[in-house]
Amino acid sequence: MAHSQQEVLAGLAELVNDETGITADAVQMDKSFTDDLDIDSISMMTIVVNAEDKFGVKIPDEEVKNLITVADAVNFITENQD
Amino acid sequence: MKRVVVTGIGATTPLAGSANASWQALVAGKSGISTLEQDWVAQYEIPVTFAGQAKISALDILTPQEAKRLDPSSQFALISAREAWADAGEPEVEPERLAVDFATGIGGVWTLLDAFDTLKERGPRRVLPMTVPMLMPNGPAAAIGMALGARAGVHTAVSACASGNEAIANAFHRIQRGEADVVVAGGAEAAIHPLPISAFAAMHALSKRNDSPEQASRPYDTDRDGFVMGEGAGALVLETLDSATARGAKIYCEIVGGSVTSDSYHITAPDPEGAGAARAMLQALEQAGASIEDVEHVNAHATSTPVGDIAEYTAIKRVFGSHTDNLLVAATKASTGHLLGGAGAIEAVFTIMALKEQLVPPTINLDNQDPNIPLNVPRTSMSLSRPDAVAISNSFGFGGHNAVLAFRAV
Repeated sequence: MAHSQQEVLAGLAELVNDETGITADAVQMDKSFTDDLDIDSISMMTIVVNAEDKFGVKIPDEEVKNLITVADAVNFITENQD
Repeated sequence: MKRVVVTGIGATTPLAGSANASWQALVAGKSGISTLEQDWVAQYEIPVTFAGQAKISALDILTPQEAKRLDPSSQFALISAREAWADAGEPEVEPERLAVDFATGIGGVWTLLDAFDTLKERGPRRVLPMTVPMLMPNGPAAAIGMALGARAGVHTAVSACASGNEAIANAFHRIQRGEADVVVAGGAEAAIHPLPISAFAAMHALSKRNDSPEQASRPYDTDRDGFVMGEGAGALVLETLDSATARGAKIYCEIVGGSVTSDSYHITAPDPEGAGAARAMLQALEQAGASIEDVEHVNAHATSTPVGDIAEYTAIKRVFGSHTDNLLVAATKASTGHLLGGAGAIEAVFTIMALKEQLVPPTINLDNQDPNIPLNVPRTSMSLSRPDAVAISNSFGFGGHNAVLAFRAV
């Protein structure tokens, strides 16, 4: 079943919190993963892989570098989920 | 050369979650050995069903995010180092003058083997990106260096069960040579995993006393049948006497010797003549400027293996001759099990506490002392008589490593 954009944001925030301890509230659409949330590349890869499992979506490695903001990730997941 | 003192101690052991509580439990004659309740014991029909598990889980201390990025060995290391650092009063030291010497015998074995399971079951993409930094043997030292901001070098000695002592010896010499003013030194191990247990059991190194785990680690006893695996970490803060005095720090004792030799005899068996171990003890005393008569207490390596305990006795006798009878010997692995790369570190903590409290801890499970090992091993704690007593702590490791530390009460 497809997840709404709001559901994806909430789920992604949960994954970010789980990996980094950043509060879920801080994970907002306009935030940059690296500049605002201070998430390093290793954490980012863990979050990406966990997001694949959670949302039933494949996020190719070459796509990860384009996921600058939370909105980029939420939109990619929403548009590409099964 | 600069004089070096101990100003902080930390430990998380099978006896307790801190250095002081571990010491108290040791003096009270407690055992930290218990039956393993993990599912994998039955699943793989592991022949040895007990070990010295850390009394306090690292996951109860660290945040989930810290724990997630650290192998259990690094988790224990960080916990013990933070305790030691706080105990030392968080010395204000230039980062460029602060170093770390922290050992492990095996490294991130949980991380490595979990990752292989993940690879086999779920494929390469699901292998954690943090796997490499978590499994590397310098992981514990690096975690401490990051946490404390150490920039004078972060080092890892790897010499099996002598690793902890070798790391502390290296730290001692590093400060003596003037390369750092303060060093956090010690060792950690977290290898209570089915593979290392099976591997040690396969070489008949482990006790198989499954029906009475608390009695299984029995150094010097005629019925000893092998060592008991333990896990945890010990940490010291070492610094120059000048630095400690200048900041009015509490000083536990002085570290006066740290010697490393090698047997080149057999990959696992100790030299039955104890020549290499004896040389390590003698060199440590030489560095200390101490005579053999100055030594009042020995924290022995004494793992509870039939061959190892005798070989160490032979080495002690070689060094101390007739003074051997005057030594108050403690075999603290009877209470903690054998922490491998962490063993030297927690035994250093116990040796330091013995000098500070002027009290030799008891050795439990010594019901019938092996007549071939006529050492003076107190069954109940016993006072030291000299306020300037020297104590040594021995560690030996597979590979023929011998590492001996010497401390002097102040």
